[in-house]
Amino acid sequence: MVKTDETEPNSPSPYPLAAYSRSMSPDTRHLLWSVAPGAIWIAIFLVLPSFYLIGVAFMTNGPYGQPQMPLSLDAFRQLAGFGFLGWSPGNLYTLLRSLWQTFVATGLVILVAYPLAYHISICREKWRPIMLLAVVVPSWTNQVIRAFGWMNLLSPGTPMADAAQFLGLIGPNMGLYPSNFAVTLGLVYNFLPFMVLPLYAAFEKLDMALVEAARDLYASPVRAFWHAVFPQTLAGLLAGTVLVSIPAFGMYVVPELLGGGRAMMLGNLVANQFSGGSNWPLGAAGALIMLIATFGGLYAMRKVGKRLGGGEEVVI
Amino acid sequence: MTAPSSAETTDTSNGHVRDASAIALKNLHKRFGRDAIALDGVDLDIHAGEFFTLLGPSGCGKTTLLRILAGLEAPNEGTLTIGGKQVTDTPPHLRSVNTVFQSYALFPHLSVRDNITFGLRMKGVPANERRRRVDEIADFIKLGALVERRVNQLSGGQRQRVALARALVCEPDVLLLDEPLSALDAGLRTQLQVELRRTQKRLGMTFVFVTHDQDEAMVMSDRIAVLDSGVIQQVGPPHEVYERPVNAFVARFMGHVNLFEIQAVEGARVSTALGSLTMERPLPADQQQGMLLIRQEVIELGPEVPEGYNALEGVVRERLYRGSRVEYRLEVNGILLMATASNLGQRLYPVGDRVTVSICPEDVVRLDA
Repeated sequence: MVKTDETEPNSPSPYPLAAYSRSMSPDTRHLLWSVAPGAIWIAIFLVLPSFYLIGVAFMTNGPYGQPQMPLSLDAFRQLAGFGFLGWSPGNLYTLLRSLWQTFVATGLVILVAYPLAYHISICREKWRPIMLLAVVVPSWTNQVIRAFGWMNLLSPGTPMADAAQFLGLIGPNMGLYPSNFAVTLGLVYNFLPFMVLPLYAAFEKLDMALVEAARDLYASPVRAFWHAVFPQTLAGLLAGTVLVSIPAFGMYVVPELLGGGRAMMLGNLVANQFSGGSNWPLGAAGALIMLIATFGGLYAMRKVGKRLGGGEEVVI
Repeated sequence: MTAPSSAETTDTSNGHVRDASAIALKNLHKRFGRDAIALDGVDLDIHAGEFFTLLGPSGCGKTTLLRILAGLEAPNEGTLTIGGKQVTDTPPHLRSVNTVFQSYALFPHLSVRDNITFGLRMKGVPANERRRRVDEIADFIKLGALVERRVNQLSGGQRQRVALARALVCEPDVLLLDEPLSALDAGLRTQLQVELRRTQKRLGMTFVFVTHDQDEAMVMSDRIAVLDSGVIQQVGPPHEVYERPVNAFVARFMGHVNLFEIQAVEGARVSTALGSLTMERPLPADQQQGMLLIRQEVIELGPEVPEGYNALEGVVRERLYRGSRVEYRLEVNGILLMATASNLGQRLYPVGDRVTVSICPEDVVRLDA
């Protein structure tokens, strides 16, 4: 950073940064000053903690769960399931469960949101904002409160639990929670708005002329949907998938409250290492794996988008 | 007198005319909502291999009629027959009809080639035949290297050609064109008008063309139907619609301005606000009401009046010089009369000049109000 010597070789300035600043063109200086607050914010709250996290992941677990030297791969070994008693599949299950839950929940969200967004887009104009509001408003309430709401709805003795018992889906005197089902339900409920909104945006500007062109060119209604409607909503669908699947993958509140101990996801595993379990390096390693998986997912989605979009860049 | 120009001849011997492509519309009605009437009892026969134009102002129902032919809209009443087969309720993908849309509606996520192939793919034509036919049509429309481009790399005129190729490659019985030239600039438009007409004649395919531009309609069509408020006002070849409009609406829409209400009739002499005019023959009793039309290009200006012509005295109020012709706004008996003279190098009358206006009795046309 300090390059005063080059710009003013004869008199070393007592304020090297100010001197450096003067050496730049006014445009560059303005640009730097205008991005500085954001850059500093990102540096302090994103870059530094990330590096700290990576550092911690490669340290050794101390007697009180605090990270300490020397550097080692212990945390990753533990994450993979190697403990004092040999290998156990618990963590691997948690990882697989997280992936599966994310996959199922995202798929269900799409199944619900796609027709819903379409329906809102063809509603009378005055109803549209109201219906969108109805979709969004629940997400303004705290997640924890909503999870408790579902606990009340799904616990033993409630109409939903009774109905499930009547159908033989669960045993007598049992509730629908805690269970994997409750977690999936919670995830779908939580993330629905994040899929509805981008899809609604896509449907709202749907070019019906393309649909008519497809129909005119011998496409049956189903094929017209696939060839003329779906491609137009693809960008919205991918955006929604990213907005839903990434936070769902790291979800903490829903599996914690609706899953009991049985439906733990990666977010809970990580959180436990920083609180109850107290193994910071293990938690950091878990967080790091989540980060890598997220980037991998984003990359894959980009590829899929490009493929389905006929080589067109789909911005995520 | 000056017959409106039709590119090439009006009734050329079409290469081969397919009988499967004659269209019959019977008593078509279409309403949108409760009181918006788009079509109000349309009866129409479109011949096989004909370039037929639906002409009218926006909201006259011409696009609705086209969409009913395509199957994108269903009539509330009436029947539609194509090639002798009743197709009123046939969905669009089962009709041998293709459309060139006003916005072209090319699929933005597909290449030009995939756009053109789309219809054949949906029809289940095998891949090697698809390729052959796309190459053939690309050659026919002169698309050249455009075939391998992406849609967003094309200009307006190129898109128009691709849209045409995409529809023609399916070899439909009837091709529908919804104002396909309206988004193009004037020069390109004129060029494509001629090209479209040539294409139609070479293929012998039935074209149904929608436009609001009467010049375009006259240049391109074998026959024109003029629509207003969901009703067909007149059907006929361009020269008939232009020279013998049946009513004031058609006359005004075809660009005529000299329309005068009939005040009294005495044999072949008819009085109007412009003055008393002699017609070729006396008006029959049931036609003694309505309007007289004097096309602006039939009016002759000059000191001498040819034998048997109507003669009126007027004053030049305005002169518009348009190069190939000169337009005069004349005042005759306190009434405005427009006259267009071909620019043959004759003397131009200055504003304020008194002129003698001569009108041949043959050129005084009666029509309904």
